[in-house]
Amino acid sequence: MSKTTLVKNTLKTLLLSLLLTTPLPAESPPKKIAITQYVEHVSADAVRRGLIEELARKGFKEGKNLTIVFENAQGNAGTAGQIARKFIGLNPDVIVGITTPSAQAIVKAVGQGSLPIVFSAVTDPIKAGLVSSLTHPQGNVTGVTDAPPIKEQIAFLKNLLPKAHTIGVLYNPGDSGSASSLEAIRKEAERQSLKLIEATPFKSSDIQAAILQLVGKVDAIYVPLDNMIVSAMGSVSALALKHDLPLFVADSGSVEAGALACLGYSYSQTGHKTGQIVSEILRGKNPSEIPVASPGRTDIFINQDALEKLGLSLPEAVRAQAHFY
Amino acid sequence: MNLIQFMGAVELGLLYGLVAMGVWLSFRILDFPDLTVDGSFPLGAAVCAILIVSGVDPWVATFCAILAGMLAGLTTAWISVRWNILHLLASILTMTALYSINLRIMGRPNIALLGEKTIFSALEDPALRSLFTMPFAMFILSGVVLVLLYRFLMSEKGLAIRATGANSRMAKAQGVAVNRRILFGISLSNGLVALAGALFAQSQGFADVTMGVGTIIVGLAAVIVGEAIFNPRIILTALIACVFGSIFYRLAIAMALNAGFLGLQASDLQLVTAVIVGIAMVTPKLRAKILDFASSGR
Repeated sequence: MSKTTLVKNTLKTLLLSLLLTTPLPAESPPKKIAITQYVEHVSADAVRRGLIEELARKGFKEGKNLTIVFENAQGNAGTAGQIARKFIGLNPDVIVGITTPSAQAIVKAVGQGSLPIVFSAVTDPIKAGLVSSLTHPQGNVTGVTDAPPIKEQIAFLKNLLPKAHTIGVLYNPGDSGSASSLEAIRKEAERQSLKLIEATPFKSSDIQAAILQLVGKVDAIYVPLDNMIVSAMGSVSALALKHDLPLFVADSGSVEAGALACLGYSYSQTGHKTGQIVSEILRGKNPSEIPVASPGRTDIFINQDALEKLGLSLPEAVRAQAHFY
Repeated sequence: MNLIQFMGAVELGLLYGLVAMGVWLSFRILDFPDLTVDGSFPLGAAVCAILIVSGVDPWVATFCAILAGMLAGLTTAWISVRWNILHLLASILTMTALYSINLRIMGRPNIALLGEKTIFSALEDPALRSLFTMPFAMFILSGVVLVLLYRFLMSEKGLAIRATGANSRMAKAQGVAVNRRILFGISLSNGLVALAGALFAQSQGFADVTMGVGTIIVGLAAVIVGEAIFNPRIILTALIACVFGSIFYRLAIAMALNAGFLGLQASDLQLVTAVIVGIAMVTPKLRAKILDFASSGR
């Protein structure tokens, strides 16, 4: 009996201790924030980096007077809910939810509590059910929306390519960001008398076929704020260039990855804005007093290499204010 | 792991226990590897969410979600049985189509149910709201489903389904309408998964078209972990093993989320989860070996 029970008990204790293990608490620093995002994406990663940089600029340095807990749901909705529960248990000063599903999971788990929640990179926070008003968010939730300035972007495209009459829109129909800007894109294109052709890859392996489908039919390609397409920007831009198609993007970071031009915000700018809001809350402001923000003023970004290869020239007014890569 | 996290894992584990029972029914009982569940989980969520935001009673919406899931399962089984197409391929077809269908149903990739009336709304009353309310509600729900499913499998019809999966030739010889049993069994399996999707959307506050990714893996892992721990020989234990396997799987993820002190990064989550589940599956075998060794007298 002794031997078997001993083995049994040892195993039981082992399993139990595994279950009950908690990480060692750090030496109680003054502030703690918890960040989560839904998937690994260059865009969401850029938001997070921008956020941490901005906090450091505002005097909250990680490791010094700020602890940052970060979790990634790796694309699993159930895990997103579990991360939210973990964060609540940690009782941080602010929880940051980057991307729509992560923000929703946190808002649902926290409920009407007093824990401040800041969302980021959410294109339509009202439709996502996060806040009821952008100017007066009620309760404990506020954040940054990254809804791109569609009207200006389409006008910018026409300004650079006055002869264009058909543009291809490349987006993933499963991306909530793209989906919510698409209505505006359709309306704006019609108003500025542009014909639209939509190419809709469902997964990154379909992107190439989607671009090839546009070749010969369109004068330019436009990419909205779409996680999947932005992640694959290197190959998207190379393919567009190969077929002499000017590539316009809503995310400025994509210009560095080879896209021709962008008028808009960058994900890192979105992150910086988020950082400003988080630091205000850390300094004692109530989330309900902070209106939902947009990333700030728009800039023009041009990829010099793509510009030369396409043989295009810029209007003087654009050249004067553009940032070149 | 703190208590909030623990109870959250139990709640989700009970919810995904429905998925595990569905997967167990198709894989183990009917011997029909069915990947439709990756589509029927978000289908259940989509149907339920769109109906709720259109003002339909949440219970009715949940019921419609089950029907939609059953229809998806029926499609897979019909393609497979009627046209004699390999079950895996048939289910891949349905699963692929469901992605577009779910987008159509919702009209957008994400529907928020935050602040909408759901079947759990009554539990959000401050007097009732505690750490244990939601896990308890899930316990009741999955318990009811488990009992109903058990009673069904013990009935004559259920027995015919089990016979079909165990030995379809023999079942046919005994006068069982084999094809019809497969159609019904796979429908039932997907109905369970869609119910889980509907409950997920209501308890987590949103339906998202991408939320189905990996459902089959979660379900299978729960079934296998449950089997490794319980080594079930009768139907009732097998069903209970599904639910406990699912809870254990969620606890493994919760543990993996706390593994930061080992120098692991957020991106290591899936790996750590896999390792913990792996250990759980090997442990009972290891124990048997050790016991064997101990009782052999050496």
